[in-house]
This record gives sequence, structure tokens and C-alpha cells, in this order.
Amino acid sequence: MPLLTLENLRKQFAPDVIPVKDISLTVADGEFLTLLGPSGCGKSTLLRLIAGLDQPTQGQVKVGETDLTTTPPGDRNMAMVFQSYALYPHMTVAENISAALKIRKIPSMEIRQRIGEVADKLGLTHLLDRKPGKLSGGQRQRVALARALVRNPDVFLLDEPLSNLDALLREQVREELKHIFNAQKKPVVYVTHDQTEAMTLSSKVAVLLDGRIQQLDPPSRIYTHPANRFVAGFVGSPQMNFLALQSQGGVGTLGTLKLPLPNGLGDRPTVDLGVRPEDIYLTPTGEEPTLKGKVTLVENFGREQLVTVQFGEGSSKIRAVIPPEQEWSGDHVGLSLKAAKMHWFDSKTGDRLSPT
Amino acid sequence: MLKVQSPTTTKTLISPGRLLLWVGVILMVGFCLAPVLWQLLTSFKTNAAISTIPTIYWPNWNQLTAAHYIGLGGEFLRYMGNSFFVSFISTCLCLVVGAPAAYSLARLKIPGENIILGLILIVSLFPYVLLFLGLLEIVKAVGIGNNYIALIVPYTAINLPLTILVLRSFFQQLPKDLEDSAKMDGYNTVAMLQHIVLPMTIPALVTTGILTFIFAWNEFIFALTFITRPEMETIPVAVAKIGGASVFEIPYGPIAAATVLGTIPLVILVLLFQRRIVQGITAGAVKG
Repeated sequence: MPLLTLENLRKQFAPDVIPVKDISLTVADGEFLTLLGPSGCGKSTLLRLIAGLDQPTQGQVKVGETDLTTTPPGDRNMAMVFQSYALYPHMTVAENISAALKIRKIPSMEIRQRIGEVADKLGLTHLLDRKPGKLSGGQRQRVALARALVRNPDVFLLDEPLSNLDALLREQVREELKHIFNAQKKPVVYVTHDQTEAMTLSSKVAVLLDGRIQQLDPPSRIYTHPANRFVAGFVGSPQMNFLALQSQGGVGTLGTLKLPLPNGLGDRPTVDLGVRPEDIYLTPTGEEPTLKGKVTLVENFGREQLVTVQFGEGSSKIRAVIPPEQEWSGDHVGLSLKAAKMHWFDSKTGDRLSPT
Repeated sequence: MLKVQSPTTTKTLISPGRLLLWVGVILMVGFCLAPVLWQLLTSFKTNAAISTIPTIYWPNWNQLTAAHYIGLGGEFLRYMGNSFFVSFISTCLCLVVGAPAAYSLARLKIPGENIILGLILIVSLFPYVLLFLGLLEIVKAVGIGNNYIALIVPYTAINLPLTILVLRSFFQQLPKDLEDSAKMDGYNTVAMLQHIVLPMTIPALVTTGILTFIFAWNEFIFALTFITRPEMETIPVAVAKIGGASVFEIPYGPIAAATVLGTIPLVILVLLFQRRIVQGITAGAVKG
């Protein structure tokens, strides 16, 4: 029953360099946890702490009931896929895959059988005798994956395994990864800065910033209920619009924009409104628009067009996703916001505010 | 019907640019090899042919001889053996001591690392003309004159700074992910160094090893000073001691023959390992 548990993990390199600050979480069997965050948020360091490549300053790493905090990485029965793949250049693909098994003194019959199975699954059978130098990027990536799978580890750790692939291949491998790890029934910890990977692959996402977990939730909830301004802005593309509203008597204002505030938010002097571009639409004729503004930029993605609208007397901007077939006349448009899809944040702390 | 032009016909056409390149290459190689070829030619010419003016560039059969080589005698093989022994042992020692030092300097965060590196560099700044009188005193005091230890230890010491600095920069550019990966696979430190790091280090070891070997092979002053028994001499000393029948004769032929013989092992060595030197086997380890 491997169940990866992290308790109050902290890593401190220098008095003011603390990439991981007090992180606790659990990853159950078959769960796919993604550590998502911008560069320098501590996600790779956290993965190295789990792997045992770095020792935590404080806290524990457990698999099941066993405390592995001081166990060397080789004895943890965890497999890791590195961003650079880290294949041994002087060994063939087969030797690369079997290296960890040979060290564990597994009989050579079984090793051969397991290599055969995993090579078959990943389509590497015809490459087994080649050296990594003779492989393409995608093939190296598969070898790195095979090296992890062949071990039947208790925990899988993946450090940005797709970031060195080109865009098309990345999409394809992402799909394969999902199939493979769905079948594994083991805890998977996946590090990435790519929100698409995080959203599509994971059963749970931990958004990290400055060594702290900002939110730990399933991908859909991260998207619909971001815990704070940072998460709201980091997850979702195109990025969420943020508007700083002045609040007066239950009404938030920004320039000409006036919005009734939900219950319980009216007693603050200022409040931040977040609304995703896809939750803004062109006001149909006959309705009163929430705001009016001047179109300053139209980016056509084919599937949709991203319209940047300047409104109010200041330079407030808002971006809206509009279906490609919709048109408007002149360079002024009226926009409406979906009230149910509005997110409210404390303008000081950035925390999510829930209407009561 | 569509005619397909065979690719071979296009390849046989030589563009003027390519021709110029090859002429340039041949001239350059000729220029670099000229002294060696000259030495080789001299070693096979008879004494009369060597001293003839105008110089004979293309000798006929009568002007060629192997006498200079035969004249060196069997003891020259012995000198070569001596040289080989001293150079080989000091090279091995140099790598065995230097590689771990370089690895630690590259991987560990040692306080005062820069000071250590500075000290290593300073050692290599001493001209060894300055050192050898002091070393001679030490050799005398310890009583290892006429012992190869007296050559091996100084050669190793003089070559260590270069070895450490070259290997350190090599280790620094080895991807650290490979070592992490090896740790995840379950290699302990010794096994990791042996099975993962060492095979990738071979090109660097061979390159620095050859430099060290060539230095030891060519070294003259220590070999002249610390070794006085004729049968223990190394090649540079032996060549220097080749004398003519009288003080008025310079034995060009025998000296040329001796230098050619002395160079051959080095040439063989470099040719043998050139693939190792040129090819970087780290290719393919990480995304390249």
C-alpha cells in the first residue's frame, strides 16, 4: 500500500535561500499529483527531497508507514525521469533500462523478460541495441520512461519530462503518459511549469509559489475556484482579467464600470475582481452592457478571437474571448460579464473571498 | 519521360573553392610535417649525402643507408624501455592522484576552493630549472640517486596541476543529472564512479595522460642530473650523449636516427588513442 506522505518538509540552503517552506501532502495509490509553479518556486527541489537526492532541513518523507527521510535514494524504490533524460551515454538502450535491475541482483532471465515487456509497451524493441547518442529526442524520452517503468517502483517521480520535446510530440507523449500512468496504480509526482500538462494529466495539482503550496485541489477546482490571485492568474490561458474596484455602498466602481458587489464584500474599501476572458461576451442587442470600451487589439486564434478592450477614462484593459464568427461595428463594443463566473479577491492578501 | 540525374555525377565536379581548400590543407600539412620529414630523410642518408651541398632532397639508392639505426645498437632499445617505464608509471600516478582530486574539486562545495585552485596553479608556475637544484639536494639526502623514483615523483608532481585543472573542468561539464540518475538506480558512490563516471571520463583521461606521458618522455634536466648510470639513462639524455669520432664531427645521421626512434612511440600512442581523444562519448547523455 504505497502512499507517499510528506510532513512539514523544509529545505534551507542559506539563511535567506529557502526553496521549500513547510510542505505537507499525501499522494495515494493511482493518484497523479502535479507540482505546478513558475521557475524558482521550489518544485524541483521538492521533488529532489522526495527522491532523496537532497536531504530536507526539516520534516519527513514517508512511503506507507516507513520513514524514508534518511534512506539513500537507491534504497527508496522510487524511479525518476529527469528533464535531461540522463541516459548513460556509454550503455545501450537495453543496458540503460536494466541498470537498476542488475544492481538489485534480479535474475537475468527475469530482467530480459521485463525489458522485453516495457520495450514492447513503449515501442523500443528495435532500438534496444543502440546507444542513446543515436536516438532522437522522442526516443530518448521513451528510454528514460522505460527505465522508470521497468523497475516497478513504489513511487514515480517525473521532472518536467516533456519540456525538451517539440510542441507536436509533446502533445502525443502527454497522451501516452496519461495511459501509462493510469495503468500503473502507483503514486506519481510530476513537476512542470506547463499548466496544460498539469490540467490534463493530473488527478491533483499543487500550485507552488515561494516554497509554499498555494492550492492543492483537483485540476477542475483549481480552475473554477482558484484559492488566491496568484493561482487565478497562473492557471488558465489566456490569463484571467483582474480589476481593482473601489467599493462604496455595496457597489464596486472602476472608471465608468459599476458592479453590484456580492453579499459580505461591501464593507471593504477596495476589492479585486477576477474574471476569465471566456466568461466575457459581447452584449447582445437590447441588453445593457456591463462596460463599454474601445477595441485596441484583436488576436485571432482561428478557434476564437482574443479581443483587448480599453475602457474607462484611465487605461484599464480587459480581454475577452469571442467566437470567431461574431462581429461588431466600429471600434467600440459593449461587454457583459457572467456574474456566476466572477472571482473576488482581497486586494491586500490576494486571498479568495467567498460571497456569503 | 523525366530524367533523373544521378547524384554521383554532381559529386565529381570539384568547385574552385574546394580545390583551393585542399591545396591549402596540403600546403599546411606539408609545412607542419617538414621538420619531421627532414629528420626522417637525414636519418636514412649516408654521411656523405648529408654533408653534400647543394642539399639532396631526393637521394638515390647509393645515398641511402640504415647504418645510423644499426649504429645505435641494442642499448638504444634499453633507453627507450627506460623512458617508457618512467613515463608510464608517472602518467599512471598522475591520473590516479589527479582524477579524484579533480572530481572532488569539481563536485564538492569545499570552503576555500579558490585558494586550493590558486595554490595548484602557483605550483605550475615554478620554472623547474629553479627546482632541480633543490630537488638534487633532496635526492642526495634521501639517497635515491640512480633510482627511477627520483624521476617518477618529480614528473608526477610537475604534471599534477595540469592534470587536475584539465580534469576538473571536464568533470564540471559532465551533466550532474547522470550522477543523480545513477543514485536513483541504486549505485553506491564507488560503483557510480566506476560504472558511470569513469567510462565517460576516459577521453579526458587519455588526453591528459598523453600530455603527461609526452612531458615525461621528453624531460631532460632531471634525467641528466639524477641518473648517472649509463644503463639507466632515458632517451633525451642518451641522444644528447651521442658523440662523433672527434670533437670536430657532428653526428647528424645517428642523432636523426635516434630522434626518429624516440618520436615513434609517441606517434603510435597518439594514433592509437586519437579516436578516444577526438570523440566525445558524452554525446546523447542529455538532450543535445
